[in-house]
Amino acid sequence: MTAIDRITAAMAEGTFEVIEPRDGMPCVAVAADGLRALMECLRNDCGFETNTFVTAIDRSAGALAIEPCYEVTYQFLSHAHGDRIRVRVRVPLTDPKVPTITDLWPGTSFCERECYDMFGIVFEGHPDLRRLLMPEGYDHHPLRKDFPHRGIEPDRLYREWERGRAATR
Amino acid sequence: MGSLKPATTAAHDAGFLATRADALINWGRKNSLWPMPLGLSCCGIELMAMIGPKFDIARFGAEAARFSPRQCDLLIVAGTLTWKMAHACRTIFDQMPDPKWVIAMGVCSSTGGMYDSYAVVQGVDMILPVDVYVPGCPPRPDAVIDAILKLQKKIERESPLKVLFQGRGELDEGGTREFDMPPNQAVATHRIGTFEPVAGEGGEERT
Repeated sequence: MTAIDRITAAMAEGTFEVIEPRDGMPCVAVAADGLRALMECLRNDCGFETNTFVTAIDRSAGALAIEPCYEVTYQFLSHAHGDRIRVRVRVPLTDPKVPTITDLWPGTSFCERECYDMFGIVFEGHPDLRRLLMPEGYDHHPLRKDFPHRGIEPDRLYREWERGRAATR
Repeated sequence: MGSLKPATTAAHDAGFLATRADALINWGRKNSLWPMPLGLSCCGIELMAMIGPKFDIARFGAEAARFSPRQCDLLIVAGTLTWKMAHACRTIFDQMPDPKWVIAMGVCSSTGGMYDSYAVVQGVDMILPVDVYVPGCPPRPDAVIDAILKLQKKIERESPLKVLFQGRGELDEGGTREFDMPPNQAVATHRIGTFEPVAGEGGEERT
């Protein structure tokens, strides 16, 4: 019984869409409001105990350009069945939001923080959604396609710290 | 007393040496540099090899690496300095007692190197006054020893008495104190993008 078969048996018709990516990995696409139902199904009914990663792709420009959106991508591993599944959710460029899955897979906490840091995607319900890699207080999200690779004022926080330190002397 | 000669305090017996105070102070400083290793990436491994017995910088009096900045006078920035780490690097430099010198070891700390990126300081001279730059990715330990020898030559040309009596100059706009030095603004040629060193008067350049 493949991963797709298990999901089709457990989920209602029309709540998700099976797609076939070029690398052959079983893959389903859902809308952001249907994500929680699918994730609970994957965790509780389909035997996917392990989250492999949470990331996002900026589909608005570059070699992977399709339409202006971010594609939040999850991948899961089932030890019991020995297979994997990929889940993708497309969210708009302005105000991108998806529900968190940290209550189902606690290990996704840092993945979601990194995804928030790099793409600015807000994981609603995340217990501690802070930046992971970039300094606190930085305004931009570096892996977005509209972010220049040399950065936007990368030294601003340091210079502010330097001036603040000088003022206290 | 066997074959030992009895001690004497007579000047003509003990001998004497005439020299300038500057030369004597510089001689003492340059031959007992205490490095503060700031190993940030692969350059740190070469730095350890340099301090170890095979390359042995004890030959040049700089083997006493300490991990407290308050006991050091030579900051070796070895590796990729990110903007998130820049605060810590500058704090370490400020905690070192004067006089102090800086070696930028490797291309990452000299110019940002291959990390032409939003996350990396494009040369530690944007935040520190660098005395010697060492190219290489990472540089061999011999190259860093060469940098220490070059720094010793540079220390020989300093005028510690002049600094003692005149001070290091006015406060710069960055607000650093009299014994803090502003970033080296003499080397802006490799700047990329829109980064600018802190504008300001700057303290007195080391001679």
